[in-house]
Formats: sequence, C-alpha cells, structure tokens
Amino acid sequence: MSDHDQTIPRLPSLMGRAMRPLPLAPLSVTLSMLARRIATRHPGLFARLGQYRESRFLLDPTDLPFLLLLDLRAGGVKVSAHRKPPMAEARIAGPIAAFLGMMHGAYDGDALFFSRDLVVEGDTSAVVALRNAIDDAELDLAAELAEMAGPLKPFVQQAVSLAEKGSGVVLHRVDTLAGDWT
Amino acid sequence: MTMDLTVGANLFFWTTDATRGFYERLRAAPVTRVVVGEVVCSKRLPFWEHDIPLIVATLKDAGKEVALSTLGLITLNRERSKTKDLFDMGLPVEINDITALKHIPEGTPFWVGPLVNVYNEGTLAYLARRGATRICLPPELPLKSIAALCKAGKEAGVAVEVWGHGRLPLAMSARCYHARLHDRAKDNCQFICGADLDGREVDTLDGQAFLSVNGVQTLSAATGCAAYYTEALAEAGVSALRLSPQTGDFNGLCQGYADRLAGKIAPADLVAKLLPEAPGGRFADGFFDGPSGSDWQHPISA
Amino acid sequence: MMELVCPAGTPAALRAAVEAGAHAVYCGFSDETNARNFPGLNFSTEELTAAVSGAHKRGAKVLVALNTFPRAGAEKLWHQRLADAESAGVDAVILADIGLLDYAATHHPKLRRHLSVQAAASNPDAINFYAETFDVKRVVLPRVLTVQEIAAISKEINVETEAFVFGGLCVMAEGRCALSSYATGLSPNMNGVCSPASHVVYAEEGPDLAAKLGGFTIHRTPKNEPAPYPTLCKGCFTSGEQTGHVFEDPVSLDARHLIPALAKAGVTALKIEGRQRSRAYVAEVVRAFRAATDALAEGRDLPLAELARLTEGQQATAGAYAKTWR
Repeated sequence: MSDHDQTIPRLPSLMGRAMRPLPLAPLSVTLSMLARRIATRHPGLFARLGQYRESRFLLDPTDLPFLLLLDLRAGGVKVSAHRKPPMAEARIAGPIAAFLGMMHGAYDGDALFFSRDLVVEGDTSAVVALRNAIDDAELDLAAELAEMAGPLKPFVQQAVSLAEKGSGVVLHRVDTLAGDWT
Repeated sequence: MTMDLTVGANLFFWTTDATRGFYERLRAAPVTRVVVGEVVCSKRLPFWEHDIPLIVATLKDAGKEVALSTLGLITLNRERSKTKDLFDMGLPVEINDITALKHIPEGTPFWVGPLVNVYNEGTLAYLARRGATRICLPPELPLKSIAALCKAGKEAGVAVEVWGHGRLPLAMSARCYHARLHDRAKDNCQFICGADLDGREVDTLDGQAFLSVNGVQTLSAATGCAAYYTEALAEAGVSALRLSPQTGDFNGLCQGYADRLAGKIAPADLVAKLLPEAPGGRFADGFFDGPSGSDWQHPISA
Repeated sequence: MMELVCPAGTPAALRAAVEAGAHAVYCGFSDETNARNFPGLNFSTEELTAAVSGAHKRGAKVLVALNTFPRAGAEKLWHQRLADAESAGVDAVILADIGLLDYAATHHPKLRRHLSVQAAASNPDAINFYAETFDVKRVVLPRVLTVQEIAAISKEINVETEAFVFGGLCVMAEGRCALSSYATGLSPNMNGVCSPASHVVYAEEGPDLAAKLGGFTIHRTPKNEPAPYPTLCKGCFTSGEQTGHVFEDPVSLDARHLIPALAKAGVTALKIEGRQRSRAYVAEVVRAFRAATDALAEGRDLPLAELARLTEGQQATAGAYAKTWR
C-alpha cells in the first residue's frame, strides 16, 4: 500500500460503538431475507460454490460490533449476527467497506488480501470459492435492498446514497456494462 | 517380467576426476544401461565433454547400453547446435527437451528422459510413432498413471522406466539459484554449483529440509526412493528403475537395488543400507500413491 | 496494432475485460482441463457459448485454455472439452500436451491451435516443431526469455507470438515444475493448480503470521505487514548462511514500458495473467494496457497508470525480459 492512495475506509469507532446496543435478532432476520433473495435471483452464485455449497462462512467486519455467519448447511441460506464467533469452516475479517467494495466490483479480493486489508482463516479454498462466486454474480446490494423495500424504494435509495457519501463504503455495483450481454 | 536398472545422467557438477572415477567404477555395477551427458547447464559442458567419448567407450566395453542425454532446457543457439550434433554420434539419444524432436532424423530411434512431459497415452503414442523406444516417466506421476502408460507402452513397443532413486528433479529455470545464492550473475557464476556435489539444500524458516538447488535446477531435499514399490512397479509393467548418480558408494546402491529386484533384500533393509549416504538424510516416495511427493510413511531404519 | 489478450475467470470478468477494451479474452472450463482450476472459477459449456456470442458481437475473440496434461486413462475428458470448445464457436484453443495437440490436429483440424506457455517452447526449434507437426498458429512465449532473445526467435519462425506483460510470474520453466505436487500432491500439469488454497494454512505464531503450504512454512511475516500468498517459488527459505527469497521475490510482472520493444521484436499479442483475479482487477488492468497499446499504435508516449497495488507483493518487475534477472 506504500505508493498508492487507495485506502479502505474504516467506519469511525464512534459509529461502531453506537451500533453496539442494537438487537441482533432483527438484523439476522433482515440479512437472511436479503441473502435468500439474492440466492433466488442469482442461482449461479451457489452453483459456483461447488463442494463448498454447504459451508459456514464467518464474516468479521472489524469496524462493526458484531460478526455475521453465512450458514449454507443443508442447502439453506441463513445469515445470523453474533457477538461471539460461532463455529465456521472459514473466517474472513476486514473493514465492512472491504467486503462491500469487493462484492460491488470496486476492489479486487486478492489485492485486499495482499495488503492485509482482508485476513482469511480456516478453509482458504472455501473463501476463494465464495469470493469468485460473488464476483461473478455482479451483485448490487443497493438495488436488492430497494427492491425488497417495495413501496419504500425511493426512501431506501436515498438512505443508501446518503450512507455511501457519509462513510465512503460502496453499497452499489460500480461497474456497468454497455449494451445487452445476455 | 523382471525390471532392470538404468543409471540416469549425472545431474550435478563434479570435477573431471570425480566424473571419470564414477564411470570407471560403474563398469562393475549391476546395471543394464547408462545415460551420459549434461542435462542441467551448458556452461558446464566444456569442463567434461571431451571425456564423454571415453566414458561411453569404457561403459560399452563393460557391456552396458549407453545413451547420450540432451540438455533439459535448451535456449541459446550454441545449445541448439550441440543438441543437433548429438544425433551424429552413432548412439541412442535421450531427449530431455522437446526441442530435440526437431533434430531427430526420420526413422532414428531415441529415448525420452524424465524431464519431458509424458503424462498420457496420446503423448506416448505420438512419441512412439516418432521413434521413441524407451521413456522414463516424469517423477510426479502416480502409480495409476504409470500402469496405464506401461500398458500403452507395451502396445506401442516402448519400454517404460520410472524414477527409482535419487533427489527428485522438480523444476528447471532460466535463472541460476546457485549464482543467486552467492549474489552473482548467471554469466559470472564462477561454477559455484560445483561446490555442492549433491545439490545445495534449501530449508524452510522452521528448519525443515525442503528442496535443493543445483544451478538452474530445483530438486527435492529428500532422496526419492522406490524401495517399497518395486513389486507394485513390476506389476504395473515398468521395465526399468532409474538410479540417479549421487556421491558415496554408488555401486553399492546399484547392488542394493539389484538385490531388491531379485527379491534378495527386504525394502526396510535396503532403506537402512542406503540411509547413511542419502542426500538430505531422508527419503520420499509420495508421488507413487501418497498425499504429496514429499511423503514417506515407512521407518527409515530396520 | 498489438492484440491484447486478457484473462477471464468468470463470465462477469469476461464481460468486464471486453468492455474495458480487450481484443481477445482467454478462459477455461470448470475442471482440471485448464491450469487455473480454482474453486468457484471458470466456465460451463453454456456459459462459454453465451460468452463467445457476446464477445463476438463486440468484436472480441475468445480463446479457451486446455493447457493441462491429460491424465493417463482419462484423456476422454480433454477430448470432450475440445469438442465443446469448437461447438461453442471459440476462436482458438490453447494447448500444451503433445498428445492433445496431436488429437486436436487430427480430429478438429479447423479449430485454431495456440501453443500454451505450459509447453515451454523457448527456442525456434521447439516452436517450429510444434508449428510444423501440429499446425500451431501462435506460440505463447515462456516467461524466461529476454527481449533480445524474443527478437532473435521471431526471425526464425513463421507463427505468431504472444508474450506475457502483466501479472503473476512463474520463475520456473512453465509446465515443467513439480514443486507444488511435491508439497501438496496437486500440480499445475496434472491438476491445474499451483500452491492450491486447499493446502494453505495461516497460523499466528507469536508476533508472526506463518503461511504454510502442505505443512511447509513458505513465509513468516510480522502480523501487520503485507501477507504474500504462500506460492512455493516465492517463499522465504534458508540455505546455508543465507535466508531470503531463494527462487524469486514475491513480485509480479509489469512490462508495460517494454511494449514498444516487444512490438519491435515481432511479438503479435500481449498477454495479461490473472484468470483467478476479480472483475475489478481485470477491468482496471485491461484499461491501462489498452491505453498503452492505443498510444503505441498512434505513436504517442505510453501512459503508465499506477497498478502496483494490484500485484502480489505490491511490487513489479520486468522479470526475465531483462537479462540481469537470471
């Protein structure tokens, strides 16, 4: 990272502290809904996981006061928030901006890893599969959230845009394609 | 079918006297054939190429079949013309770089060394059509592949050999690691690879013996050893085991393997006999059917 | 105009590469028939067919790498993939194995054949052998040659050449390296992987992070320093009194400044490594190289955008193209 100014934004610790008292159960429900929605709309994502289709991935956003478990066991899709690390086949730790920027095509996973912005533990191979599958899915969290919100769509879009400006975290897909590729 | 023994080309850089002495003694070793020549670095050749005709004559006089080896990585023009010249010497040539195929006169039989990628029946069949009569397989091939290739070899009239003993050749590079370790440019290496007669060991930061370097070549630190696999290899249809020159009592090593093939000595006894002089002080045979090439699941002393 | 040949590990990366200006994209099937057989990567036959049609609409070619060495007793899989590639309408296949080249020339004579870097054809004799015997139209040059050597080779051959200009760098002659299978049982030649993630363990040991491959420690770095992936030949080892990167430093290739020299040396196409990398990486690198090849074609100075942070070790080298590397 010596000669380049691309630094991954970290959420201010105040924001992290402010989120600490948040109840985790509603967060888990919302994220599970979102994940299942993505799974339905992007079946290829799970096909790409191959032998890791049934793995548990622990995502540790280091600037947030909770951990997220993506649990794909028994063919399901479940996301739960935790205070203490649950059992998982692999753990990925880093600022939330790194996760979201990678998901949205803004950052390269290997580069984040080389720079130690992301740290991987456990089954490295499973993490590689997840990373590649998500990269291919061309996800757009902002769009998914807005669609999920139904009539509240304009409100969600505005909130996402404000959140992006305030935090520097990428919440929407940044690379777009010209013309019809399907 | 019983297997016999082939002595591969010496991969290391020894003095003229050491080389002469080695081949002089090899006359008495119980091996059927010997491959002679420089595989690793063309810069070494001027030191000993004038001795090669004499070495060949000595070995032939002792009743050995002899082949000349090409270099393993041919890049420079002088290396290309040296390769071409090998085919005029009236001996079988063992090719260790595909480049040589361009120079083999139509209809001339040749051998294929362990540094050529023969991984499947299609490649073996092509080489057989082109004139290959003997192929030493790359050391990383598992037993299952070896068996399939022996079957294809039988149909195509090609004898199949496998790596029997010696540090396993793992890679070749344009870069000289010996020179690099001594902070010298390759062009000014001062032949420092000659200081390590069995290669220079490279350990992990935890002090675990891992690899060894030999000029532009990388080998295993452990010595590849097929002592526990001779029956399985014979069963698969392998026709010869290849023994790679190393320092120490090499004729004793050949005798050990000859006894092993004849069923006169158990694997554990052969391994115990070879251990004191094994470069790296440990063995590996995992390429045959272990989890990795470096694997060795047997006791090393009887 | 020099052709820019760009990596695609996924359909999304292929789209990103084409949109960013790739003249040609290379990719592989999701199995051991190609040398980037990594989890979650590569193409099904259906995905390939769709990608070819999309790329062709935009004037870009698709090349398919079948560049591992077919397993004895299982050659049928590779043969099937040749047929799949041909029916998907790809512009060429990239092959390394003699047996597979022979099969392709016999059974798919109209399918254009390129020689993979895994075949390590590093001199005019080897290149001419492949060209004459299997009608290979293009050779991907091994990353062990200097620019001067490439120029000399070009004078003696009648096929196109493709040279690597960016990305991961093999220090060994490609396709002739068994270091990975020695440590892990899986090799580029047989399994399409080198130093596979499945055998990587990162262990925090005191103040260090140890990166291990198949039980062998390849790196040990203080916890807050950049962490190299434990690629065998770029590891830190001890030999005698010396400790360091015995084989190669954890750097990767960036030969942008050599593009004019490579053009003059007769090189037809420039290749970017990195099918295992993300679409973000592909887009950024391809854009930078397309700007360079456009500038060259128009006689302008080459723009050299900063790409170092994308590379392993975050340092770049001209590799073997400079003779001092040896």
